[in-house]
Amino acid sequence: MDAAAFPYGLRVLVVDDDPTWLKILEKMLRKCSYEVTTCGLARVALDILRERKSRFDIVISDVNMPDMDGFKLLEHIGLEMDLPVIMMSIDGETSRVMKGVHHGACDYLLKPVRMKELRNIWQHVYRKKMHEVKEIEGHDSFDDLQILRNDFEGLDEKSLFMISDPETMRKRKDVDRDHVDQESSDGTTVKKARVIWSVDLHQKFVNAVNQIGFDKVGPKKILDLMNIPGLTRENVASHLQKYRLYLSRLQKQNEERILGTAMQDFSHKGTSENLNLRSSFQEQPSNIANGYSHASQNIQTQSNMLDSQLEDTKSTVPLSVPDKKRSLVSDVADSQNVTSASALGGVLSFKGMPVNHDRKPSETMILECHAWSGVMPSKQFMQYPKHNHERCDLLGDYSCLPKPDLEHPVAPGNLYTPPPLISMSCSMEGDGRDFSDVKPALVDCIKSLSPALTCTVESVSVQLSDSVVTSIDGDLKFSSVDGLSSIKDCCFDQTNSQGTLRPSQEPSIIGFIGSTELASLPEDLPGYPLQGVSFENIPLSAFDFSHYNDTTMIQSGLQNNWWYDDGDLEFSSEMTDYPLIDGRLFA
Amino acid sequence: MEYSNLRRQTIFMKKNLFDQGFLDEQFNQLEELQDESSPNFVEEVVDLFFKDSSRLLTNIEQAIDKYPQDFYRLDSLVHQFKGSGSSIGALRVKNECSVFKAHCNDRSLEGCRRSFQKIKREHATLKQKLESYFQLLRQVGPREHAVSSRK
Repeated sequence: MDAAAFPYGLRVLVVDDDPTWLKILEKMLRKCSYEVTTCGLARVALDILRERKSRFDIVISDVNMPDMDGFKLLEHIGLEMDLPVIMMSIDGETSRVMKGVHHGACDYLLKPVRMKELRNIWQHVYRKKMHEVKEIEGHDSFDDLQILRNDFEGLDEKSLFMISDPETMRKRKDVDRDHVDQESSDGTTVKKARVIWSVDLHQKFVNAVNQIGFDKVGPKKILDLMNIPGLTRENVASHLQKYRLYLSRLQKQNEERILGTAMQDFSHKGTSENLNLRSSFQEQPSNIANGYSHASQNIQTQSNMLDSQLEDTKSTVPLSVPDKKRSLVSDVADSQNVTSASALGGVLSFKGMPVNHDRKPSETMILECHAWSGVMPSKQFMQYPKHNHERCDLLGDYSCLPKPDLEHPVAPGNLYTPPPLISMSCSMEGDGRDFSDVKPALVDCIKSLSPALTCTVESVSVQLSDSVVTSIDGDLKFSSVDGLSSIKDCCFDQTNSQGTLRPSQEPSIIGFIGSTELASLPEDLPGYPLQGVSFENIPLSAFDFSHYNDTTMIQSGLQNNWWYDDGDLEFSSEMTDYPLIDGRLFA
Repeated sequence: MEYSNLRRQTIFMKKNLFDQGFLDEQFNQLEELQDESSPNFVEEVVDLFFKDSSRLLTNIEQAIDKYPQDFYRLDSLVHQFKGSGSSIGALRVKNECSVFKAHCNDRSLEGCRRSFQKIKREHATLKQKLESYFQLLRQVGPREHAVSSRK
């Protein structure tokens, strides 16, 4: 690294809601001969970063921002872009600072920030690069590497379980340079190999974790199971740590939310089945803690429960995949193909479920639409949940995204999906129109749920009461059902989860989505918008849209409402709020 | 007025602002940032602050009326305001914000109300004083300002 030139031209992104501070910081950074970009909104900052990840070297962000918690932004950036992030605040309380470090901040500055502090921020960039170099080259710093490995050895069994352990945090910071670049970005910066946690890679990671058992997992075991040449234990360990952090936060939030969520969604539906379903899902969080091994059992349980509860009501048939954190969904840069992480199943059902926007997100992702009444309006609308800023979850908060840039997929691999359950109910009013018309829209709908995430759908079973379902390209399979007596293709096989669709006896469409291949959607969507689709947490991993050539359609549409995290989601049943997601969706 | 007299006045005025605790070191930092590429930097920043902070004050006032028991909200809003004040070194304003936050902690609505009035007063006073200061500076001339104001 050229010491003389290096700090100069450092590309900094400053995020602060206070315009005065933004102006001052910009000036200060310019005086350091840095290249500055300012941003007043965290969401916009994320957009900018996603758009061109390699455009920045470091991010400085305020902690208290109205649209998104600074720590959440920090997490996002850490997971998706892996840029060094410096936090700022007027509040210098130890607990806050510790929280910053815990979330991965490489530094925490107190306002008012001084020039000399800003002059030194380049060290964080340098440090990161240095560690990457060490990773790759290895020879000169073989000893260092060994030390790193040894450090991790100790961390393996115990420390990594304790995310809040300060020592772990320290070591995490040190060893968090485990990126082996497998593909260079647009080559503007000197970047050594970085491990891009692609969806595929993360899928393997998650599979390995599942296989080992969450409580027994360790980087070495994962690494061995994954069996990826070139992947180091540090890579895995670092990734695992991030994963755990993410999981623990989700779990915490879900536990908090369980009390508040209380079946609001279904309360007015008057169907006890729904309530039961919901409650079962809400128990998920506690299950999560027990480990992934429970996943399949849970699925079975739920399937059974669904079984008994299904009557001929318009109840959603959610298929929950309790192991919620398995899947990693991300937009792979190379193609529209998105493979999801693990076993998330989703059930698409079309039914007449009013959206409950008061409902706080829970484990289950429910995409609710109006019931399919048999009449298809020419135009339907997508419903968007109202965005609750205070509850935006870091990873999941996409509802505020202005116009998702679908051409530029999100950073590969570093997105974690929320609870595994995907339950989507969309209402399609129509007169027995060919389902093939509906499917793409449906799939698009699902697709769009992930902001720059892609999900894999292994098989989609769609059951129409009185129409023939034709399958679309790729792996989406639709079975036709006569009289709704049975559901075909209702099993998707995932490594960890099995699920069965429950037959619905209403004219409803139940789509079951597994994961693996990306189902492709036809380019030209039918002009059939889904009506009243509301989103809660949808584990995108469950949706696999292979060969989907027009990701922009859905993503632009529903992206704004998709957050695939534990889901601080609020939903609005105000359809008028968001008429058509995006014109492109129904091109 | 005589030039050097003007200069002396600006120096004196600024010293007063510091001595009386209206401003702190941050203000000096701002002045040091001012250079040829942004000759009116300090004044611009101060203007920006007062514009934004007025908006924040309105929010706080409304919140006190509409959500008098929501101390968490009030605390957040004042925290934001305090952070903003720290940008130009508005010391008295910042200190009063801390008092307000303490009242929030104690859940004392009356204390909050009183404190808020004080914040508003300090805010208005500072605004007035800085306006006079910049007015004087303009008379002195930008170049001189950058040099003379440095302490």
